[in-house]
Amino acid sequence: MILQGLTFYLFAAIAVAAATMVVSARNPVHSVLFLILTFFTTAGLFVLIGAEFLAMVLVVVYVGAVAVLFMFVVMMLDINFVEMREGFLQYMPIGVLVGIILLVELLMILGTATMSPEVMAAGTEPIPDLAQRQNTAALGDVIYTKYIYLFQAAGMILLTAMIGAIVLTLRQRPGVRKQVVAKQLARRREDAVELKKVQPGQGI
Amino acid sequence: MAFLEIGLGHYLTLAAVVFTIGVFGIFLNRKNVIIILMSIELMLLAVNINLIAFSAYLHDLVGQIFALFVLTVAAGEAAIGLAIIVVYFRNRGTIEVEDINLMKG
Repeated sequence: MILQGLTFYLFAAIAVAAATMVVSARNPVHSVLFLILTFFTTAGLFVLIGAEFLAMVLVVVYVGAVAVLFMFVVMMLDINFVEMREGFLQYMPIGVLVGIILLVELLMILGTATMSPEVMAAGTEPIPDLAQRQNTAALGDVIYTKYIYLFQAAGMILLTAMIGAIVLTLRQRPGVRKQVVAKQLARRREDAVELKKVQPGQGI
Repeated sequence: MAFLEIGLGHYLTLAAVVFTIGVFGIFLNRKNVIIILMSIELMLLAVNINLIAFSAYLHDLVGQIFALFVLTVAAGEAAIGLAIIVVYFRNRGTIEVEDINLMKG
């Protein structure tokens, strides 16, 4: 129990520090790297609380896909990031003010809220004992039966996002010479070679 | 050693702090859209922490399933958002938020 508590505090501290660095780092590349650190430590917290599958999905989806996408875009765009940080200090006071108010409000809610017994008992899918059914298998039992339509809808959302991203970024650049295989294959000898009868002493 | 007993409140507090940092980041980086998108990712992560903490402490799997769907939507949102940024940069040569006023909104 003591080890669990210490691990939680360690991971939570790293996550909060890394999240702070995400929003305050000078270089956006560092921001992305700190974002990855935040995701990793949060995945550790998920393992700690018993949601192994979601922890692994977090690492695969967020670190493997989203963060790499961010890294690509940050490095691909040729932007003067120093110029962009003008006004950083100008917005700081209002940001701190709003942040503190929001945090105090959230913590006040947490401090006063209590869980009613009806809510505690209202669960529809109890988590099975870890020794009998693993977290991944238990999730699959529910997703592929009760939530199958929502699962399919999630797939449709991803498909739409993929098509949308491709349609948005695809472009035909003018002046680029590309190989057109069909055109090459359709070219016949008669189109390319012409025989001329050359008269002596005249040329063509 | 009561503070080493990790309960629901600990996770919810962590999620609240991360969410606040996300909001703070939006205020702080008023010019850089990429950092704003990253702040939104942080906020979604905080929501996921909340969902999973409740799922674990109420012994209900549905919270984890919901977190999975939030993850899906977050991935789609990041892909579309970054695609829009790339296209915008290609057309205008800048991604400063203050310059994005074509629609005069």
